[in-house]
Amino acid sequence: MSVRSWLKLALAAFAALALSAISLAGAVADKPDPVADANAFRNYFVKKFPNVKLEDFVNGPYALNEDMRRQWLEKEQFPPYEFSLEMGKELFARPFANGKHYSDCLPNQGIGIRQNFPYFDEKEGKVVTLELALNRCREANGEEVISYVGEEMAALTAHMAFTSRGKPFDIKIPNDPRALEAYQNGKRYFYTRRGQLNFSCATCHVQNPGERMRAEVLAPALGILNALPIYRSEWGGMGTTSRRFTTCNSQIRGVPLEPQADEYRDLEYYLSYVSNGLPISGPGARP
Amino acid sequence: MASSIRVRAIANGEITEVQTLIQHPMDSGFVKDDKGEFIPAHFIQELTFEYDGRKVFVADWGTAVSKDPYVKFSFKGGNKGDDLKVSWIDNKGATDNATVKIQ
Amino acid sequence: MSMIGSTAQIRLCCLLVPMWLIASTVSVPAAGSEAEFKAAFAAAEAAEKEAEGLRNRWTATEAALTEANKAADRGDFDQAISQAKEAEALAKASIFQDTNEKDAWKNLEIR
Repeated sequence: MSVRSWLKLALAAFAALALSAISLAGAVADKPDPVADANAFRNYFVKKFPNVKLEDFVNGPYALNEDMRRQWLEKEQFPPYEFSLEMGKELFARPFANGKHYSDCLPNQGIGIRQNFPYFDEKEGKVVTLELALNRCREANGEEVISYVGEEMAALTAHMAFTSRGKPFDIKIPNDPRALEAYQNGKRYFYTRRGQLNFSCATCHVQNPGERMRAEVLAPALGILNALPIYRSEWGGMGTTSRRFTTCNSQIRGVPLEPQADEYRDLEYYLSYVSNGLPISGPGARP
Repeated sequence: MASSIRVRAIANGEITEVQTLIQHPMDSGFVKDDKGEFIPAHFIQELTFEYDGRKVFVADWGTAVSKDPYVKFSFKGGNKGDDLKVSWIDNKGATDNATVKIQ
Repeated sequence: MSMIGSTAQIRLCCLLVPMWLIASTVSVPAAGSEAEFKAAFAAAEAAEKEAEGLRNRWTATEAALTEANKAADRGDFDQAISQAKEAEALAKASIFQDTNEKDAWKNLEIR
């Protein structure tokens, strides 16, 4: 009898504590503070993996698993993404039917700028990713758009990433409530559970980095976009950020949204911002 | 740019270390395309490395080898500046070869 | 940290409750008819449409809807109705997930 009432009391106190934590969390989350978010994000992973150098997080599972790291370093001498990279360089240099090039649409002729994407376009009021910018360049020059999940887009973004290797992510959030909203949307998407498996991005990449999901070792969310696009052995080829987002969705049994949907653009914005300062390591190679 | 073969050979004392990356679909014949039809098997059957007129490495491959295969091996001998020849033939009779100087 | 985890677990239990309720109220008809199938399928489709509006569909729901149609095509209306009801339950669970996650996502957030 006394045990039961003690349990009741404990449960009530527990629930009260939990509820107050939630309401506190709610109050804090009402006004997004990206700078504080990014600091907390970074500190979480640095604390979780004290032996990993900050810039090494961009190497995903290789930063967390010795055996995989050794195999990866060996392959990097002759990386599997070389063919795609070469194709990307050629595609980038190829003129459109009207004689113009991708370099005419992009700052600094498209060289060494990958670390500035995505950015918030204040005229449009939306986030613009690298893939989106490339297809818009095509459209503006009378060309048909290419698939966001196909080989060509992967090769193009691989080439652009390569010209930015080593440069730190430099994502800006302008003093514009719409930009803050996009950032917050991306953050919310990242932590929201979805799919029949009821996973959020955070379930794997915040709660379980370094652990195994079937035969794969999960990458930490910090620096996770720095290596994209990636040559995945599983795919037998190079794949874009869009491909990674959509396939992650279907893997947790959620119907993927269309590539470059607002949600994905905002997600890329958030994930890139919280990895500011970490170097671009793309194109990457993964199992 | 038409060659499917990337090769690098480095002389290291008594041995030469060779790395190769070959661009080839290596279709197993078990994968279906968008229309639901099998993509026919298309794979490298024999891969050969020759040095100084003799074969230093020969691989008999089948459908178990993945797309864009990577090979790394060492052989005894090989001097800096000498030629190393790589060649392959696939099940459709297509071939390619490349010659590289040992570094 | 563990406190927040427990809350997530309580919420996960809440996610499972509606499915249990739905399952317990489903009664298998004696012999399914095409009309019953059409009604069950319409209900499932309506729920899935709502999930689509929320941009939170599950692949399992889509698979069940496809199976329901396939069964109906070959005249197996018992199976078709069963699959359609399954699809409806899944669609409703995905809607519940979306509603629940509107607040629950903050539990996972790194602070």
